[in-house]
Amino acid sequence: MRRAVLIAIPYAWLLALFLVPFGIVLKISLSDTAIAIPPYVPTLDLAEGWTGFRTFLSELDFENFVWLTEDDLYWKAYLSSFKIALIATFFTLLVGYPMAYGMARAPQEWRPTLMMLVILPFWTSFLIRVYAWMGILSNEGFLNQILLWLGVISEPLTLLNTNKAVYIGIVYTYLPFMILPIYAALDRLDGSLIEAAEDLGCSRLQAFWLVTIPLSRPGIIAGSFLVFIPVLGEFVIPSLLGGSGTLMIGKVLWEEFFSNRDWPVASAVAVVLLLILVIPIVLFQRNQQKQAEAEQ
Amino acid sequence: MGDIVSSTVFEPWEDARAEPLIRFRNVTKRFGSFTAIDNLTLDIYEKEFFALLGPSGCGKTTMMRMLAGFEHPTEGSIELAGRDIANVPPNKRAVNMMFQSYALFPHLNIWDNIAFGLRRDKLPKLDLEARVEEMLKLTRLEKFATRKPHQISGGQRQRVALARSLAKAPKLLLLDEPLGALDKKLRQDTQFELMDIQEKTGTTFVIVTHDQEEAMTVASRVAVMDEGRLIQVATPDRIYENPESVYVADFIGDVNIIQGRTSAVGDDTYSIEWAEGQRQLNATSATSFDNGQTCHLAIRPEKVTITSDRPEDADNAVQGRVHDIAYLGNLSTYYVELPNGTIIKAQTANTRRISRRSFTWEDPVWLSWTATAGVLLAN
Amino acid sequence: MTRLSWFNVVSLTLGFAFLYIPMLILIIFSFNESKLVTVWAGFSTKWYGELMQNEAFLNAAWVTVKVAVMSSTLATVLGTMAAYVMVRGGRFMGRTLFSGMIYAPLVMPEVITGLSLLLLFIGIGLDRGVLTIVLAHTTFSMCYVSVVVSSRLVTFDRSLEEAALDLGCSPSEAFRLVTLPIIAPAVISGWLLAFTLSLDDLVIASFASGPSATTLPIKIFSAVRLGVSPEINALSTLMIAVVTVGVITASLVSKRAMVRQKQEEQAAARVT
Repeated sequence: MRRAVLIAIPYAWLLALFLVPFGIVLKISLSDTAIAIPPYVPTLDLAEGWTGFRTFLSELDFENFVWLTEDDLYWKAYLSSFKIALIATFFTLLVGYPMAYGMARAPQEWRPTLMMLVILPFWTSFLIRVYAWMGILSNEGFLNQILLWLGVISEPLTLLNTNKAVYIGIVYTYLPFMILPIYAALDRLDGSLIEAAEDLGCSRLQAFWLVTIPLSRPGIIAGSFLVFIPVLGEFVIPSLLGGSGTLMIGKVLWEEFFSNRDWPVASAVAVVLLLILVIPIVLFQRNQQKQAEAEQ
Repeated sequence: MGDIVSSTVFEPWEDARAEPLIRFRNVTKRFGSFTAIDNLTLDIYEKEFFALLGPSGCGKTTMMRMLAGFEHPTEGSIELAGRDIANVPPNKRAVNMMFQSYALFPHLNIWDNIAFGLRRDKLPKLDLEARVEEMLKLTRLEKFATRKPHQISGGQRQRVALARSLAKAPKLLLLDEPLGALDKKLRQDTQFELMDIQEKTGTTFVIVTHDQEEAMTVASRVAVMDEGRLIQVATPDRIYENPESVYVADFIGDVNIIQGRTSAVGDDTYSIEWAEGQRQLNATSATSFDNGQTCHLAIRPEKVTITSDRPEDADNAVQGRVHDIAYLGNLSTYYVELPNGTIIKAQTANTRRISRRSFTWEDPVWLSWTATAGVLLAN
Repeated sequence: MTRLSWFNVVSLTLGFAFLYIPMLILIIFSFNESKLVTVWAGFSTKWYGELMQNEAFLNAAWVTVKVAVMSSTLATVLGTMAAYVMVRGGRFMGRTLFSGMIYAPLVMPEVITGLSLLLLFIGIGLDRGVLTIVLAHTTFSMCYVSVVVSSRLVTFDRSLEEAALDLGCSPSEAFRLVTLPIIAPAVISGWLLAFTLSLDDLVIASFASGPSATTLPIKIFSAVRLGVSPEINALSTLMIAVVTVGVITASLVSKRAMVRQKQEEQAAARVT
């Protein structure tokens, strides 16, 4: 009996505040835009009972999804989100792996401190960390000042409000998500494996390539998904660091909803984004599961 | 095998009028399609120190968890003092358990760990304190009362776990591999301590173990289990001297098994044809065998005598060559290879110093044993 | 592993420089005299003074803290329950759906979570304000809490609970007297995580909030969109300081506890 209550409370909460809202998004994505409150039709009229439900159903259609394929703004935004997420994940890996590797090779007594240094930014406000780059990347910003002073460039680079700034912002904010799983994988790695590889005739570099990298692969995969998945729907970074040319689907959804007040289209955008996300999420879960099984 | 024989004979299982404390009646336990316990019937009597012995996965832990109330039989019933306990939850059973991991509460000190169960019974403060002190004294832990579990040694933790489970004076105490985490020396000392405490408190103990020596040492009766079934239930000396099957003979201690065919010679003596060109062996058996029946002669290595000359008037004598010697300090085991390739183990006590020993590798030797030394087994 | 090579040293130095220099610049320029954030014009704390007079920011900060305390507390209770159900609940109807709903919000883009909750609130006619933000934050942070707590519960020696039952506890007593005290550190870190997530959240709060309640991230976001300002630098510095002090204190406390435990264990080993 107590067990039933224990299960029912969180279950009911998630049903009411997670599943039902998502059902509403799905429903509205099938409705039509209207100048009304709420700004869509049809609305379900429960007073009319079963027939009301039938007419309600018959008025739902896939018009918004058709619209998403016809207006090239949307599919371009999906495509460009995907591209940005992919490239940014790659750069994050490029910066994160050497750091995780260095941490794993650091003396035992430094590791907790290094670990804390990686985690500390994670606890700091995301918004503030993105904001910090606005001052650095602007035309008269810190980076341009230094480059001008060093004589590397003769006139300021335009960085803020471009895709470059978005990449920098993503790498910066998502770096801990990449480092931590890779570090965890490298930390578990038995040092004698490298020695065994060298004993069997590998050079340092070969041992790294043939032993360390393959054994840290689960960490690489986990870290990459942890960056890729949330970046795909990212809103704050493109809207603060990106320019008008930066197309990301999270930003499109936000504008569709808040600026255009087109709820049905915003909902359709959300539904499609979620469908796209299912693939990497399933792959990620499978990777985690394999890893968990390997540990047993 | 240090079985301690007490002066007064304690064997309620021989008494038809004795009421068992625990009664398993045709108990079967299945987990999905896996059968952990297979139609098992067993009586355990009050004040017994009963050992469930078997390899891992034989169902012994499941038996214990059913007694504690963490598992329920799929079929059959379990009675405690004449009452079916199927519907009694673990916290309402007069049964306590000492866990293999000890399961000491890490956030409570030793005193509070021992008092934990007594507090659940709402015992008056003074009685509770007296009982905890008594338990601390019984297990010699008075000095450690205020320590936390991680601040004491493994042997002390084991005693805390024992004190905690005995504090409520249960009718039945279950011990799940109680000495498994201790090293060998400490384990031997603790075995005697356990027996001592069992005698003092008069509690019925059921111990689960995979260590045959431990079971033989502490238990009044041993149940050898395999694949969810009881193979043999008997006192330690009977299990050792009169195993009922090759499995038990082989599981308990070291043994030579010689397979052959019987032919009756006298009332209870048989001659065994066991290998081409070898003389037949002689053995006695209380159970009868048909002529030509397949049999297994089980002989303990310490009952096989090794000599350099052919022994006179031995019931059984075979010749072979020393193939290997395992020197164990107090004992030596000789692995003697017979002409047909069979290896027979013979054990001798090393009463002389090693340099004066008479046999070495490849020496031709004679092995001999009496007709009553072995046990003749059908399967 | 073996010693650090020069490559390791360089990558660690550059990596941590990359992580920390931007924040350092932010902090330095919060003490700048000039309104221009990129030109140093002498030391001043005047932006902190102005911040303290900015009613809008102060109100938003108060709302944010209120929301964070309420939602993280609620999320900790619900998340711990959910974790317990996941790890110890055994089989029940709709278990797969339940675990799906626990994990999905972790990977769900915030814009979608925000949008769906907003549509729900409008659908049931709930006025948007502090209550709706608390509901929204509780929902997604309870999932984080449940992940943290369940990873502790998985490694929890189940025989401890069985021992409690064996010694006469009812299941709820066993939870209160044994399980909860032992998993308390995980529950506390779950609360802290939920608290920071709530403090930090912009996107979901933007959807769930109404004109009556604005949180600090919303306020900062709308100010920052117009460009960099020293006042925001000052505010950011304060927030960074609070987090840094908090994280360092927490790690020192846990480190000291670990050292003490090790010493005690060694002392015990000597006695016996």
